[in-house]
Amino acid sequence: MSTDDKLSVHIVLATRSFTLDVAFEVQPGVTVLFGPSGSGKSRTLGCIAGIVRPDRGRISLGSDVWFDDAGPVELPIHRRRVAYVFQSLALFPHMTAEENVSYGIGRSIPKAERRATAHDMLARMRVGHLADRKPHTFSGGEAQRVALARAFAMKPRALLLDEPFSALDAGVKLELLAEVGEWLAREHIPALLVTHHAEEASALGDQVVMLEKGRVVREAAIDDPTLSLPKIRAAAK
Amino acid sequence: MDLDPLLLSFEVATIATLLAAVIGIAVAALLANYRFPGRDLVDVVFTAPMVMPPTVLGYYVLVVLGRRSVLGHAFESLTGTSIVFTVTGAVVAATIGALPLVVKSVRAALEQTDPTLMLAARTLGATKLRAFFTVQVPLATRGIAAALMLAFARAVGDFGVTLMVAGDIPGKTRTASLAIYGAIQAQREREATLMVVILTVTVLALLYAVGKLTARREPDDR
Repeated sequence: MSTDDKLSVHIVLATRSFTLDVAFEVQPGVTVLFGPSGSGKSRTLGCIAGIVRPDRGRISLGSDVWFDDAGPVELPIHRRRVAYVFQSLALFPHMTAEENVSYGIGRSIPKAERRATAHDMLARMRVGHLADRKPHTFSGGEAQRVALARAFAMKPRALLLDEPFSALDAGVKLELLAEVGEWLAREHIPALLVTHHAEEASALGDQVVMLEKGRVVREAAIDDPTLSLPKIRAAAK
Repeated sequence: MDLDPLLLSFEVATIATLLAAVIGIAVAALLANYRFPGRDLVDVVFTAPMVMPPTVLGYYVLVVLGRRSVLGHAFESLTGTSIVFTVTGAVVAATIGALPLVVKSVRAALEQTDPTLMLAARTLGATKLRAFFTVQVPLATRGIAAALMLAFARAVGDFGVTLMVAGDIPGKTRTASLAIYGAIQAQREREATLMVVILTVTVLALLYAVGKLTARREPDDR
């Protein structure tokens, strides 16, 4: 799928401590949402996925409007086809890896085909051997791979990554980041990565959107020499 | 010795448990997953039978389902028998006793599911209903099973509402609890003892199983 659809986000949402008021675009490729904790990153992802309802604003992918308070339009979560990799990964504990991965594959597809696709995706993420095992037996890196396989297998129109790599050690993380980057390059869909880590940002990101207290304070290409964040600069490619 | 009342009690409790399961799980799911106006009121109404005097509950059932009520009349013209003073009445009485236990325990079990798992299911394309049946319910099976056992234990011994609504008609609506009362009144204590023992053992065994099911588990037990 290569539709070159960009994700347009405009969210206004009053929270207890500040008002989230952001507007930015996510081109196919990876945009990093960077900012201190409590700056509204996860809430922004929640609004895009349809989990959190903004007070005002407009969220669209290409020509499809997902949310528009003026419409009013509010497409329910399950019809947006946004893959969301949670920080906790949220693998279903009562299902095997294969069942987890096939869960998001269109139900119109015959079961045998769904299974085959799930196996395929697990193998591509190099966890094919886990197909019949349940999440409590996975290591941290394995669980991450299964969660990514599940996100990819649903053929999402956009990918949201909420610090899914934070629990991994550096070696595993770099390997995994490379695989995610490869997959994204092939699928050509917009992805938003929330992270605190400069090395993740620079390894995967094309663009950076910096948030502070619910506002966008800077938008730049990841290799922009004027990008003034010391943490990002230090690790930039 | 006449064991029919015991058999009737088990029969009534089985049907009542099934009824309470269908109604109770639906209500518990609503209370656990939705915020809506009147939610607290629904909670109160479904808790009330635990503490309301059986005579008061019975009175309401007679008013709502009695032969001259709209519902009672409709039921009678459909099935040819009335709800009150029949086995149906005994089932209604036992269901009312069991419902609060189902609603409370199932709600608690459903609320224990990590909400992120439900959201993950939704982002993967599941409707609310599919997420409920494929994620929330399977993760709450132990709690639901425990709730249904409690419900059966409660239903098998209902006395007050059954007496009000179904009466104490020998061979027709005389359940074990009513028969025990009758036997004691008539000073046939031996007859009462057997039923008392069987009911006691049943309820204790169920409570023991409930305890086992709801005990804290190791995380990799699943």
